[in-house]
Amino acid sequence: MEKFCEKLVRYRVPLLILACVVAVAFPFVFPSKYFIRIGTVCLMYVMITLSLNLMVGYMGQMSFGHAAFMGIGAYTAAILTTTYDVPFFVAFILAGVVAGLFGLLLGLPVLKLKGYYFTIITMVFCEIVRVVELNWMSLTRGPLGIMAIPKPSFLGFEITTPRQFYFMILVLVALSTLVVSNLMKSRVGYAILAIRDDELAAEAMGIHVFRYKMIVFILSSLLVGLAGAFYATYTSYIDPSSFAAAQSNDMLVMVIFGGLGNTVGSFIGAISLSILPEALRDLAQYRQLIYGVLLVLLMMVKPQGLLGDINFKYIRQRMEHREKSKEAANE
Amino acid sequence: MRVFFQQLINGITIGSTYALVSIGFTMVFGVLELTNFANGSLYMLGAYLSLMLYSATGMNAFLAFFISIILTGGVGYLLDRLALRRLRNKKAPKLTGLITTLGMSMIIDNTIMLAFGSETKPFPNHFDFGRIEIGSVVISWVQIIILATALTLMLILSFVVYKTKIGKAMRCTSQNAEAARLMGISVNRVIAFTFIISGVLACISGNLVGMYYQTVDITMGASIGMKTFASAILGGVGVLPGAMVGGLVVGVIETFAAGYISSGYRDAISFVVLILVLLIKPSGLFGSKQINKV
Repeated sequence: MEKFCEKLVRYRVPLLILACVVAVAFPFVFPSKYFIRIGTVCLMYVMITLSLNLMVGYMGQMSFGHAAFMGIGAYTAAILTTTYDVPFFVAFILAGVVAGLFGLLLGLPVLKLKGYYFTIITMVFCEIVRVVELNWMSLTRGPLGIMAIPKPSFLGFEITTPRQFYFMILVLVALSTLVVSNLMKSRVGYAILAIRDDELAAEAMGIHVFRYKMIVFILSSLLVGLAGAFYATYTSYIDPSSFAAAQSNDMLVMVIFGGLGNTVGSFIGAISLSILPEALRDLAQYRQLIYGVLLVLLMMVKPQGLLGDINFKYIRQRMEHREKSKEAANE
Repeated sequence: MRVFFQQLINGITIGSTYALVSIGFTMVFGVLELTNFANGSLYMLGAYLSLMLYSATGMNAFLAFFISIILTGGVGYLLDRLALRRLRNKKAPKLTGLITTLGMSMIIDNTIMLAFGSETKPFPNHFDFGRIEIGSVVISWVQIIILATALTLMLILSFVVYKTKIGKAMRCTSQNAEAARLMGISVNRVIAFTFIISGVLACISGNLVGMYYQTVDITMGASIGMKTFASAILGGVGVLPGAMVGGLVVGVIETFAAGYISSGYRDAISFVVLILVLLIKPSGLFGSKQINKV
């Protein structure tokens, strides 16, 4: 495992290029609608998992309400484009903004609470949002859902075919990966990691814990809100049952399966667990059961998730250090 | 005024079933500092088991009831024995316990769904002895039985926790598990006992609610799960009286919200109240403020 990880780190640039090439070539190699749909859904979950990992993995705040923010984003985009005829691009941005605003609103009272209180409140929040979506008939059409959500168009360029949708979400995933990985390399990222490891110690070192938690919470909600807006326009139909507690759990399972606080892990977790139900299509009704068993087993065998305890940056630093000392010895 | 008292009685009835489940939840939380997601599933399991056993034992309600209590308590024990104890032995982080119970809850819920189907099932009401009218307020016998059972159980549990030896051991464990172990308390046995109690309470509550509404369905576990969390943290998590009062308060708010505001928004309103309470008193109504340590 150690050797394997070092190899991964050594060849990270070619591997990254390879991954990009595979991602771009995928819809051309597998042109059938079915495969492209699976690819699109996988990438959508990657985006969701990335945003949730920011919250759960990097910051250590267990959120069970992520589907709520996705729902808020989806409903914002859907309502704006269907009822108010707002251009898609504007609605898409606003979906992120509104989801972020709700993150701010929820964060203000909740982020000061201790771990399990936070967990339960996020869960309860998800339920509140679902109940509102279900009952505010005049705005959300309740259980009927919103139908015929228009296809997106950017500056005269329309997105209609499955392949175009695939590339749209691919761009979104690339952007969110850049945002997340750059954030974690920055000063803010280090502060966030310090908060995760020990909140009180971080505060004693002069880190404004509440502010950083807020930044992460808003950013995480915003990203998943955008993913929700994409979901709305991609499926062109949304209803409250798509954003319930069960979906929040699924998202969390993906994050934990891939590895807490690991961006590559988010990709692996989201892609493998989105393909799994397709692979087990005959066992569709056992999906949740399998998830449950998977979770319990994972916690027994590898509680950090597949890549949770692998710190690529650390491995890289260690390799560089070893090579340097080797050079020094040769001289 | 008549409507008000009627709603109050209905609220207290349903609230006392919430209180029972959340006592179990809060006790487990007390000894392990673990958010047990499987608690709601045990509640549903209890109701479904008793329904299944009712026809299996030839309509013997009491036998079915007792066997289902024993079985659910057993499942509660297995939750701890099969998974959580191993995690404790490995000294795994607290988070893993939470995720494990989430997984267990998914397993139990989906097993029930696969075994019984997802449609709503009729549940026999064994205490359908009619109703009593006090003034203009109507109380059914089921409600009286629910209230009496809940009250009795609460008294027994308070007695067990505050007056008996095992109760003392539980309180010790919740204060400091390591120190309790050094004092010769078998921590694992205490935890197992707590899990069994939480399973038994969940099962009894599930049966009572099944009789009250005369139906059981597949979402009842998830819905009570969330209400249990809400009641427990409303009262202050880990505190026995907190869970009792929290459950009653959630039940009453919910019923009033349904009666006076909107039945669709019922759950949302009680949860909003919960968030507001935590805004003012972050440790819940009865919880003591915790001191953070590095």
